[in-house]
Amino acid sequence: MIKRFLAIIALLGAAAVLLPFVLNLPTEEALPELASKYIENAPGELGAANLVTSIIVTYRGLDTLGEVAVLFAATAAVGLLLKRTGNEVGVSHWKSSEILKSGGGFLFPLIILYGVYIFLHGHLTPGGGFQGGVVIATGFLLLLLSGSVDSFNHTVMSLVESLSGFAYVAVALAGLIWAAGFLDPRFLPQGDFGRLFSAGAIPVIYSLIGLKVGAELLGILDAMRCKVRREGVTA
Amino acid sequence: MIIQIIVSVGALLVLIGLWGLLTRRNLIKMIIGFSIMDTGTHLIIVGLGYREGATAPILDSSITPGTHFVDPIPSALVLTAIVIGLAVTALMLAYAVRLYSSRGSALIEDFKENAL
Repeated sequence: MIKRFLAIIALLGAAAVLLPFVLNLPTEEALPELASKYIENAPGELGAANLVTSIIVTYRGLDTLGEVAVLFAATAAVGLLLKRTGNEVGVSHWKSSEILKSGGGFLFPLIILYGVYIFLHGHLTPGGGFQGGVVIATGFLLLLLSGSVDSFNHTVMSLVESLSGFAYVAVALAGLIWAAGFLDPRFLPQGDFGRLFSAGAIPVIYSLIGLKVGAELLGILDAMRCKVRREGVTA
Repeated sequence: MIIQIIVSVGALLVLIGLWGLLTRRNLIKMIIGFSIMDTGTHLIIVGLGYREGATAPILDSSITPGTHFVDPIPSALVLTAIVIGLAVTALMLAYAVRLYSSRGSALIEDFKENAL
């Protein structure tokens, strides 16, 4: 009872903090100076049609590098917490129906293709490496759930993950050497505005991020799969 | 007007998530509360970048020189926040699974210090 009372007090406190903020929202129509600078200069400077991508990959590229590092740290921690103990069994507990199996096998290449499309066109359309990576991981999740795959090749997974991370930093360093600074994508030609091969190294960086995020999320799925299977046996 | 609605809904989601976090005793339900709170903050941040009558900051043939854009920076920040939120949620779920397998219970009061 006293706990519920304290929770209500905490909630009222949080509401008191949020309420003035909601009531006095900024109403000006003009964008902040930094945002209008980005909108003005980004298309000419970088040649990317998607301004959000220009900001994520280039202007705030260091943030994105840190974000990928955080995702990697979380994946490593999940793998450590749910690490295999050797007494899991190699067979599935559930038998999936033929429809689920065939449907999963049919959809899997299409989902992978869609994910690749999303991260390759990140500089032109809404989307990018993170979204594409998540879509790719979804395709593998479908394979897991339909039971048509029992385990993934860990060598390939960690190879894709570490090589794309390494290549990301290498591309960033290439910007330092041949362009204005770290993560500057302008060392590759800008190309025609709005075409697939444009915007310098932005599509390269976003593809590498897509591969890395896909491999990392697949690592999380794989760690949880092993744990779930072991729990099912002991319970 | 729309920005007020979006930000109010976001603030409401933050409060709902906080309520769930404080009053639920099941670890999984607490994690769900955290996710709701996370979504609320995303809505608030992305709502702050909204401008009346403006369009998405993606240049294509339908954009004329007079077109107004919404603020692209909150969108970029929210993209980062969503990915970090995903990583944190996965980490919390992994802890929950680990705690459940060590104690056979997912209730928070079974993990008090003197219950060890």
